[in-house]
Amino acid sequence: MDYNWDWGVFFRETTFEPGEIYLDWFIYGLGWTIAIALVGWAIALLLGSLLGVLRTVPNRWLSGIATVYVEIFRNVPLLVQLFIWYFLIPDLLPEPLQQWYKLDLSPAASAYLSVVICLGLFTAARVCELVRTGIQALPKGQSSTALALGFRLPQIYRQVLLPQAFRIIIPPLTSEFLNIFKNSSVASLIGLMELLAQTRQTAEFTANLFEAFILTTLIYFSLNMSLMLLMRYVEKKVAVPGLIAMGGK
Amino acid sequence: MISIDKVSKWYGDFQVLTDCTTQVQKGEVVVVCGPSGSGKSTLIKCINALEPFQKGDIAVDGVSLANPKTDLPKLRARVGMVFQHFELFPHLSIIDNLTIAPVKVLGRDKTEAVAKGHQLLERVGLKDHASKHPGQLSGGQQQRVAIARALAMDPIVMLFDEPTSALDPEMVNEVLDVMVQLAQEGMTMMCVTHEMGFARKVASRVIFMDQGKIIEDCAKESFFGDTTARSERAQQFLAKILQH
Ligand SMILES: Nc1ncnc2c1ncn2[C@@H]1O[C@H](COP(=O)(O)OP(=O)(O)OP(=O)(O)O)[C@@H](O)[C@H]1O
Ligand SMILES: [Mg+2]
Repeated sequence: MDYNWDWGVFFRETTFEPGEIYLDWFIYGLGWTIAIALVGWAIALLLGSLLGVLRTVPNRWLSGIATVYVEIFRNVPLLVQLFIWYFLIPDLLPEPLQQWYKLDLSPAASAYLSVVICLGLFTAARVCELVRTGIQALPKGQSSTALALGFRLPQIYRQVLLPQAFRIIIPPLTSEFLNIFKNSSVASLIGLMELLAQTRQTAEFTANLFEAFILTTLIYFSLNMSLMLLMRYVEKKVAVPGLIAMGGK
Repeated sequence: MISIDKVSKWYGDFQVLTDCTTQVQKGEVVVVCGPSGSGKSTLIKCINALEPFQKGDIAVDGVSLANPKTDLPKLRARVGMVFQHFELFPHLSIIDNLTIAPVKVLGRDKTEAVAKGHQLLERVGLKDHASKHPGQLSGGQQQRVAIARALAMDPIVMLFDEPTSALDPEMVNEVLDVMVQLAQEGMTMMCVTHEMGFARKVASRVIFMDQGKIIEDCAKESFFGDTTARSERAQQFLAKILQH
């Protein structure tokens, strides 16, 4: 293979703006990636916990709604969902909202909005299932006891069930958290200049395809490794003394 | 204090309770015994509405459970309950286990609740364990905490469902001692238990259940003293558990 390796490429000035080097592109890209993933995760965690709770409440209608949600969002490919959010949904919005989305927002902002909603709702379905499993793994006596003490249902979830359920599901929750960072790369397909899109752009402009992709691989890898370590730390931090099942020693 | 009036309950087609009727007066200690599956747990859970029943009524301190307008959580907050498997909240420290309900349910001041919690821990002999977590205590200690947790709500009556049957034998007495002390202080209690020593010591009355029915309901003295007057089922049962 005839290939000109040049690791100096990242420090070369781009053809776009004087003073801007290719490494800057990767930094902007990483910024978008993190912005997508964190906001998407916030949505996923809030909505997913709510849905997970609904799946376990003693009310058929509420748990039914949550089940339908999960089945829909889990069983349609992520990319299809993204295209729906980006290309179809805006046309269904009421006129003023459509105006705002298509004209007032910058192209990057509207793409960002679509991808954050898409990833947030997609991941919420997965978080929901984890939360449900966590709650159902608790001994039934825990909610009976809380009831017997006079707690009302929302308090039982808030004070007794969720704090325990979340501790149990930290490991699988961590992998969903990492997934949303990885999945954020779908944003490149609707023109948002996150890490993957910046990588492809660098590759096109410099012909240093290998360096660009190797750098990006390393960035994703170390990002995810650090998040994993962070979550391990959190897990240790919230571990309950005297309980091995919850990660304590 | 508690009045149970012709209560019947079904799980599907299976009738767990049949026309159960009895009363518990203020200050009384009533022991409920009977073979496994006779409906003891079910009956006691009905009293604080943890289990619904289909016929009859139960009134606790004059409040009817069958009345759909009754605020059940509010009623349950006044009835203390201790379960076979302790069911402490494992993610909370011992003192937090004792204060969470008074603070969140009764809206008490946190510092007052903590002070009271420490008092109760002292009373059940665990004052040095306040900052531990349930997983760090033995079964007997956990059950004593569970009793203290129920007492922290200043209940008008305490219900116990086989509080010692999940314990190693050497831990049974530390829990019974707390219960005896409680009985002697005048607490109204209804206890499902097979600890006949406990019944002899503090019970006012003994109820014997079989197949969902209350078969015997009599003063302790006649239950243990005049066994020939007891039903055949009760005699067989007593013979079995009094052997050891
Ligand atoms: N949720 C349920 N669904 C169906 N049947 C049940 C349920 N809970 C209890 N039962 C049945 O009801 C009967 C009474 O149960 P209960 O737990 O009240 O008995 P118990 O007297 O407390 O027995 P034990 O001494 O074993 O605790 C049993 O035959 C049991 O199998
Ligand atoms: Mg029982």
